[in-house]
Amino acid sequence: MLSSVRTLWYTFLHLFQRNVTVPYPEQMPYLAPRTRGRIILSRDPDGEERCVSCYLCAVACPVDCISLQKTEDEGRWYPEFFRINFSRCIFCGFCEEACPTYAIQLTPDFEMSEYIRQNLVYEKEDLLISGTGKYPDYSFYRVAGLAIPGKDKGEAEGERKPIDIRSLMP
Amino acid sequence: MSNPNDIIPGLLNIILGLAFLMMMAALLTWVERRLLGFLQDRPGPNRAGPSGSLQVVADGIKLLFKQDWIPPFADPGVFVLAPAIAMVTVMLAIAVIPATPAIGIIGNLNVGLLFFLAMSGLGVYSVVLAGWSSNNKFSLLGGVRAAAQMVSYEVFMGLSLVGVVMLSGSFNLTDIVHSQRHLWYVVPQFIGFVIFFMGGIAETHRLPFDLPEGESELGAGFHTEYSGMKFGMFFVGEYIGIMLVSAMTTVLFLGGWYGPFLPPFMWFGIKTGLLVAFFILLRAALPRPRYDQFMAFGWKLLLPLTLINILVTGALMLAGPVPS
Repeated sequence: MLSSVRTLWYTFLHLFQRNVTVPYPEQMPYLAPRTRGRIILSRDPDGEERCVSCYLCAVACPVDCISLQKTEDEGRWYPEFFRINFSRCIFCGFCEEACPTYAIQLTPDFEMSEYIRQNLVYEKEDLLISGTGKYPDYSFYRVAGLAIPGKDKGEAEGERKPIDIRSLMP
Repeated sequence: MSNPNDIIPGLLNIILGLAFLMMMAALLTWVERRLLGFLQDRPGPNRAGPSGSLQVVADGIKLLFKQDWIPPFADPGVFVLAPAIAMVTVMLAIAVIPATPAIGIIGNLNVGLLFFLAMSGLGVYSVVLAGWSSNNKFSLLGGVRAAAQMVSYEVFMGLSLVGVVMLSGSFNLTDIVHSQRHLWYVVPQFIGFVIFFMGGIAETHRLPFDLPEGESELGAGFHTEYSGMKFGMFFVGEYIGIMLVSAMTTVLFLGGWYGPFLPPFMWFGIKTGLLVAFFILLRAALPRPRYDQFMAFGWKLLLPLTLINILVTGALMLAGPVPS
């Protein structure tokens, strides 16, 4: 009986405490920079697409929500289309971990509600952003040994000239 | 009332009183959820209208436009009758409460207290018939529990008032308030006050004594099969019941409309409102007891206590220290 009265008193005291509820649309919660939210495709510092359509993200995706098709343009690889079905995506971040070129990244934005389910399928135009995302200085083709127009083999950053295998010189 | 000129004001009084009551009951649903929210460190419904006060309208529209469904296995006549009984009995009972000597529908009824007890006794029918006519095991169990709870708690709810009746020497609620001009009965009849309030909680089957509708074990108890406005009537009946018990406690133990400075009806409103808030605090704070514990508590503790209370009150009145 006494404990009931005590409970009543302590519950009554809660009337004067602050609410713990965050009224979400009016007051945005703080989201850490590494929050796993909406997926984007970033560009390198030169403004070119970072994605080289290696399919590793699609392989890593546990729910198979990523679909893309490789195409090639003068040595550079591009995705012909790149499609993420956000109605399937579980925001696990495996695609970001799998990506060798930092192209695919997760952002702290989760407000992606749609009335029509089809609208949750994001195409490449929807995914591509104009900036570099979390890695401002990284450019795959500048460090990779692949020959593209304007950069031959051996001209990448920190890369030695290729060995001429037909020469006897050391 | 035989004079035809008295009929129109009388009817107006009844209609306005009922409208006010319904409005307060509807508002109470919002007040309760809001207060319950604050007690649990959350805001409660705060979207519709200024700080959520139009929630009542939203709920009302929702309830009214729900399909009015009578299950095919139910007994339709009784099924429809039960929620009506729930509302009618509490409304009839609240009619005898004098808010002030002037405000009230039949506040001067010379058997007001008995009428109140009779009406809350009839209220058992609503839950029993609802549980039985739903033809559903959960509903029936809820109805049986409600019947046992209300019938047994009514015994000492009535007995706990005997002390008040002995002290004031009247069943007339207005006279009972008048006799509290110098000392509220909560002081000489403290045990009676506590027991009456507990009985009132059990009678309105509110938490912590809401065993008839224990969600964890019975679904929703006797109103499992009800939806739409028929459920709404049980709901409103329950809220009017809360106000009824609060107002009755105010009249019987807390000196009714007496109080300094403020006008009488405000004192009545303040006291009743605080008791209603206490009802909500109880809901927020206390867990539901087990059914057998609950019945044992009633019959083995509260009943002897009320009987002792009556005996001691009577003895003191005979011996002289309490004026009769």
